[in-house]
Amino acid sequence: MVNLKINGIAVSVPEGSTILDAAKVANVKIPTLCFLKDVQKCGSCRMCLVEATGARGLVAACVYPVSEGMEVQTNTPKVRKSRKTTLELILSTHNKKCLSCPRSTNCELQRLALEYNCDEDRFGSPEEFPAKDLSSVSIVRDNSKCINCTRCVAACDLQTVGAIGPIRRGFAKHIGSPFDIGLGETNCVNCGQCIVACPVGALSEKSDVEKVWDAISDPDKKVVFYTAPSVRVQLGESFGNPVGTNVEGKMVTAIKALGSNVQCFNMDVTADLTILEEATELLTRVTTGGTIPMFTSCCPGWIKFLEHNYPEYLNNLSTCKSPQQMFGSILKTYYCDQNNINPDDLFVVSVIPCTAKKYEVERPEMNKDTDVALTTRELAKMISEAGIDFNNIPDGEYDNPFEIATGAGAIFGATGGVMEAALRTAAVKLGGEGEPLVFSEVRGTEGVKEAEYTVGGVTVSVAVASGLGNARKVMELIKSGEKSYTFVEVMACPGGCINGGGQPHVADEVRNSIDVRAVRANALYKYDESLPLRQSHKSPVVDMLYKEFFGEPNSHKAHEILHTHYTARNKFN
Amino acid sequence: MTQIPFKGTPEQELELKAFIEKEKNEPGCLMPVLQEAQRIYGYLPIEVQQMVAGGLGVTLAEVYGVATFYSQFTLSPKGKHKISVCLGTACYVKGSDKILAELEKRLGISAGGITPDGNFSIDTCRCVGACGLAPVVVIDEDVYGKLTPDMVDDMLSHYMD
Repeated sequence: MVNLKINGIAVSVPEGSTILDAAKVANVKIPTLCFLKDVQKCGSCRMCLVEATGARGLVAACVYPVSEGMEVQTNTPKVRKSRKTTLELILSTHNKKCLSCPRSTNCELQRLALEYNCDEDRFGSPEEFPAKDLSSVSIVRDNSKCINCTRCVAACDLQTVGAIGPIRRGFAKHIGSPFDIGLGETNCVNCGQCIVACPVGALSEKSDVEKVWDAISDPDKKVVFYTAPSVRVQLGESFGNPVGTNVEGKMVTAIKALGSNVQCFNMDVTADLTILEEATELLTRVTTGGTIPMFTSCCPGWIKFLEHNYPEYLNNLSTCKSPQQMFGSILKTYYCDQNNINPDDLFVVSVIPCTAKKYEVERPEMNKDTDVALTTRELAKMISEAGIDFNNIPDGEYDNPFEIATGAGAIFGATGGVMEAALRTAAVKLGGEGEPLVFSEVRGTEGVKEAEYTVGGVTVSVAVASGLGNARKVMELIKSGEKSYTFVEVMACPGGCINGGGQPHVADEVRNSIDVRAVRANALYKYDESLPLRQSHKSPVVDMLYKEFFGEPNSHKAHEILHTHYTARNKFN
Repeated sequence: MTQIPFKGTPEQELELKAFIEKEKNEPGCLMPVLQEAQRIYGYLPIEVQQMVAGGLGVTLAEVYGVATFYSQFTLSPKGKHKISVCLGTACYVKGSDKILAELEKRLGISAGGITPDGNFSIDTCRCVGACGLAPVVVIDEDVYGKLTPDMVDDMLSHYMD
């Protein structure tokens, strides 16, 4: 342990700690911009400068190692002046159109500028700003807001996608894709981890809010929303609730309050349906010598990643559409049939914690069954815009007939959840003993998890990866023949959908102090425990869908409506 | 960006790939690989940068970031005749900016660019060590000194096909 003092407070921290680590122990706040826990630590923005004995000049707390007897001062006139000037220089090239900025009120730069009493015009402003990159259907880059912190680049590199990077240098330096091709033309998988990492308004989802308002105000349209498993434990944060608060009831009430023609369904229903389709597919593959390992296909970021990087493995992907697309297809077929609705008059909105789902609805093979994929953030904006007092409305219930789902569907939102849901059903279908409900080996925020289960005489070897960097590790193990799995679950975002690119922004201070992923995942597992049904095959809604419409899992009709195919793509574009 | 289509040959590709194979396990090998690629092809178009990224197992974004950071790398091909206008102090005070402007006007391209027929490319440089002749323009290996804008046409005429 190393002993040092931060602002006179004695602390003892492990060797190799930085001043920033030590300051946290001393409960001293040091502002940061380019630093982001688990993502980037490069010391380039100079916000965290402090005075330290033995150091020449001011040092960057996020990278400077502690030493025995060191005395650190984080709040001297010299430090404050330096930080203020740094901020004012950043502001001199920043598009200070804050009122309409997507990050206004939760922007890290805005907050720091206020805290340090900055003059945003001290060094003037550029006459012209770079244009927005609107080429992607998921992600908008507005470099007029960018502060070149490169947190987005670090996030993209962690995903081993590498669609963006710093370009040129000096005043011409900017973040973009190679050859400044629009993001929509690159190998970007639309996961949105860059948006999650961005401290300012340079990155945001492509907003579909107006399209949804238009549909709601169209008297000829019926609008149906359905919400993804993890949205219930994220949305509340947008209204000041602590991370991981389950606000399902209020969310449903709020959605239905958006318009008199709005209904709200539970996407967990098609998560359950996915389990039956996918488990049946897996069983068929295993028993008939089909392609294994089989990969899950719920995550559109992972799908595009595989299409670009491992096109030779496309046959390993389950042909099941994602729960989002299954739901859209069922609504435009079964639901419209049952209710005598012309599919053109039904406007289908999925609410998801994900930006890649926006790309997924636009994939030609998806036939536009789902009209719009709305992120959790966009839903929060609509609720605010509609003047709904979110925290004080009563709890509501999902609409019939897609209101009841199982806990297995709910845990789809966390890494390992799809695997666990599949195992719960497989354990029963394969005639194993008992009905195990908890498969703790596949839970947790670890990047790669492996397990082996023997049920009913069949041994399945499974792997779960979250974060595309980890997915790549697993793919390389498979490719080299070092590992052979039966079933592999991949979620593109580290921790799964609960840490998706469309979730409410979490202040960096919170992110740097708690594991947001674990807290949100725990909320989903708690919700799962609270439900009367926790196995997908016990879902009465899924049962009804098979009885009334599909016949049985993997039937011809199911294949036509619930399954899809994939496209090989180039490595770089 | 250049409009000239990429004209790499299989021989060039083999040469680059052999170099990449030799260097790829050395730390910091991206710089020498890009230098070699530029020596082979004369410039670093997207096709070449993709070969480098694929060969070294790094992202295209990283390759492009390095290629645009250092001024020694060029993303446009050079013309059959390479024009270099000195903007060093002596040439500049003697009006080399006006020579450059005239060249850009005559050829319809700006510094760093190449004419659509691939005959000329213009670059600027800082001092060629011939300040006594300022302002100086170098075309290929030929040095032209004490230039005035009205001499540009005649100078170019030696290199027209």
